[in-house]
Amino acid sequence: MDYYNLLTTCAFIHLLVSIPYAYSNYVENKAGQFFSSGHTNNWAVLVCTSRFWFNYRHVANTLSVYRSVKRLGIPDSHIVLMLADDMACNYRNPKPATVFSHKNMELNVYGDDVEVDYRGYEVTVENFLRVLTGRLPPSTPRSKRLLSDDRSNILIYLTGHGGNGFLKFQDSEEISNMELADAFEQMWQKRRYNELLFIIDTCQGASMYERFYSPNLMALASSQVGEDSLSHQPDLAIGVHLMDKYTFYLLEFLEEVHPASQANMNDLFKVCPQSQCVSTPGHRTDLFQRNPGSVLITDFFGSVLLHDMKQLVADVSSQKPKQKDWHPPDGFILGLWTLILLVFFQTYGIKHLKHIF
Amino acid sequence: HTHLNYKLGLTLQNRTSEALTPAAAARDEFQEELVIRPLHSGDIYASFQFRTLWDTDFLQEGQKVSHYRLFPKSLGQVLSKFSVRELHISFTQGFWRTMQWGQPFIPSPPGAELWVWFHDTVSDVDGNWKELTNVLSGIFCASLNFIDLTNTVQPSASFKPLGLGNATDHRFLRYATLPREIVCTENLTPWKKLLPCGSKAGLAVLLKSEKLFHSSFHSQAVHIRPVCQDEQCTSKAWELRQTLNVVFDLYTAGQGKKEWSLFKMFSRTLTEACPLATSSKVYVDITDNPELSPATPLLSQAVVLGDRRTYSVFDLTRAETFGQLRSLNLLLRWKGDGEMLRPLLHAERYVAGFGLQTGEIHTVIYNNHPYRAFPVLLMDSVPWYLQLYIHTLTVTSKSRDNKPSYIHYQPAKDRHRPHLLEMLIQLPPHSMTEVTVQFERALLKWTEYTPDPNHGFYVGSSVVSALVPSMVAMNTNFTQDQPLFSSFVPVKEESSYFVRVYTEPLLVNLPTPDFSMPYNVICLTCTVVAVGYGSFYNLLTRTFQVDEPSLPLAKRLANLIRRIRGVPLLT
Repeated sequence: MDYYNLLTTCAFIHLLVSIPYAYSNYVENKAGQFFSSGHTNNWAVLVCTSRFWFNYRHVANTLSVYRSVKRLGIPDSHIVLMLADDMACNYRNPKPATVFSHKNMELNVYGDDVEVDYRGYEVTVENFLRVLTGRLPPSTPRSKRLLSDDRSNILIYLTGHGGNGFLKFQDSEEISNMELADAFEQMWQKRRYNELLFIIDTCQGASMYERFYSPNLMALASSQVGEDSLSHQPDLAIGVHLMDKYTFYLLEFLEEVHPASQANMNDLFKVCPQSQCVSTPGHRTDLFQRNPGSVLITDFFGSVLLHDMKQLVADVSSQKPKQKDWHPPDGFILGLWTLILLVFFQTYGIKHLKHIF
Repeated sequence: HTHLNYKLGLTLQNRTSEALTPAAAARDEFQEELVIRPLHSGDIYASFQFRTLWDTDFLQEGQKVSHYRLFPKSLGQVLSKFSVRELHISFTQGFWRTMQWGQPFIPSPPGAELWVWFHDTVSDVDGNWKELTNVLSGIFCASLNFIDLTNTVQPSASFKPLGLGNATDHRFLRYATLPREIVCTENLTPWKKLLPCGSKAGLAVLLKSEKLFHSSFHSQAVHIRPVCQDEQCTSKAWELRQTLNVVFDLYTAGQGKKEWSLFKMFSRTLTEACPLATSSKVYVDITDNPELSPATPLLSQAVVLGDRRTYSVFDLTRAETFGQLRSLNLLLRWKGDGEMLRPLLHAERYVAGFGLQTGEIHTVIYNNHPYRAFPVLLMDSVPWYLQLYIHTLTVTSKSRDNKPSYIHYQPAKDRHRPHLLEMLIQLPPHSMTEVTVQFERALLKWTEYTPDPNHGFYVGSSVVSALVPSMVAMNTNFTQDQPLFSSFVPVKEESSYFVRVYTEPLLVNLPTPDFSMPYNVICLTCTVVAVGYGSFYNLLTRTFQVDEPSLPLAKRLANLIRRIRGVPLLT
């Protein structure tokens, strides 16, 4: 009996003492979670590979991702935007300097503050691969370079016309899935990324990520091999299809995301199911080290900003007990009363319980 | 403690820098101006000019300029790194119609045009030029990196320095034009960011891309040159002028009525001047007596482009200009049934001929002056793939041969250099002069075609530069208060003014191969081989054997039992 008593009192004392330690563990876990993604800066490479007026929707796709990425915090200096043709100031555009994503001209994704780094004839397979691998001529200006390091999370978005294993650039050349996989391997060996998210919206897009073999890559595509990605809706005033289905629903999803949002990759995989997209979006996560459920959308689409750090520090400091007046830790009183009751029943026996109740 | 030290360090640093360069600190000033000119055809022409004058020397040896205030740092660093003496870059969408609209304040050709005078201390001008175009392509978000030796020329007489400088050695001049270059919001955004107030205050709030690009003509330019600060030219300063010319069409933006307001043109009104500007003015051309409201007593007269015009001046630095509503919205209404002053100099260009082998370039220059003849300098830069036959060059005025007094011709070298033809032609009064030259189209290599070769290939505009005799005496006095639009081009004499006219760019089709042919050839060859040779091979090597058909399982089991019984088998 005495031994039992000693054991339970020890257990209670241990509980009382460990409660403040549990608190500091919680704080460390929160801080650890903040740095678990391991990246310190974000880059985005957004490419539209199609030329000609009837491919308006590909430019609108790229500009809507550009708009979301800018809104979530990545600055223009960290975005390489490549548009193969000019739709906004095209002579066929009934509303110049605008590119719409929704019919009835609801949302102008071109905006008033846009910086296109590669445009027109500059969008070629060679330039794209040179941007990715960093092997550019020395006179290339900074805005045209991908100056990422080994702590950068990069978002790469490609859209255009594609097929099984290739993506067409400007109706005159192609990039194959093997070239893309090799480019990513070069980037890995040169330590040019920490984690990379690759999104592609073309017909048979899943074929483009089949050949990846470098670590820390996650890929999404708008359709499987053998399926076509379809466009969303035409606008009768402009006369062309405005967006592709997958990117349209992706834009709708991203409009709900704000810089402090906790939405993760599993939500992104659910964007545009077959009922909406007609094609089956696919994704590939086997090369990625973290669990997709723990990867935030803002890890790739947003930017690591200083004020997030300040917020975290504010959280942590508000949970520390105040130094002015000392209160006993929570649960101490409860534990003490349980101890007293236990000792009481020990001494006087259970049959006296009826005196209490 | 460290904070105090930092502050102290900063003040010490300021004092020492002031001691070394007493003049470099804040001797820069910024002026902004908008001129609105109603055009005879019902369109309206708005010309913005933003000028920053800075009293410093970028090209001085040993002392690097590091403190920038109003002058944009990106351009200042470009000037000092590449030893640039003058830089003129313009991006234009649309073509200036001289016969309908008169002469622009600052002419520019369609597409992108860049001409630069380098300092005579530069040893490798071509290397500097290549790097400069790459840096500018990053600053202005344009494909200026396509400028290389195949489209750069060194004009000998057409592009004299507009600022100070006695150097006439044209080895330090480079001129290139990209007629295909598109201008859109991505070029306007960095251009606006170079202004001291950005697009947040002053006249630049009117620059909204949705309205600016919905126009017949849009041109934005940056001009940097060294100028004199005073009459005697005792001190020099750097001048940066950012100009934006736009012509709004009567029907697409004006709904067919000759009634314009700032709100209708720009979808904004003016609320304040740029706080960093020493002068911020709006000039409205009222020479043809349009109705203008709100009325203003301030009037100014200026002789510009050979004509004396009267302007109403709105001074935005004064609070009463904005009235009670704190916003200025000018309304302009006019009838426009009078006669427009015919522009004295006008030029056109077109391609004649048929087929894809040869052609003929015709350049037509009109002299509309009733009794005065004057010389013009015509500069043509033709890409190497249109091979000019200079022996077929003819210049005719009034159906008689007109021999140019000065010809500078540099023939093209395939894939290295374009043609350059500069001629000084005397134009007889009230006449049309035609310059024709025949050419042959080259066959390009397979990889040299653009992704859309059936669109055609562009040939840059011709440049016609002249000192046109003026009907009205020009003002040669140098005053600091001159409006910016009249002081862009230095006026050397009273009786003439400088005019530069750009012709249309040409679009020619080169013999274009059918790019699907390799695919077709492979398909056809494989089909022929498979069908022809394959059948023949089969015929020779295939043998036929009689094959017992295999019975289904039930019949096989039945046959087994029949064999045991000794009864005939099933087939």
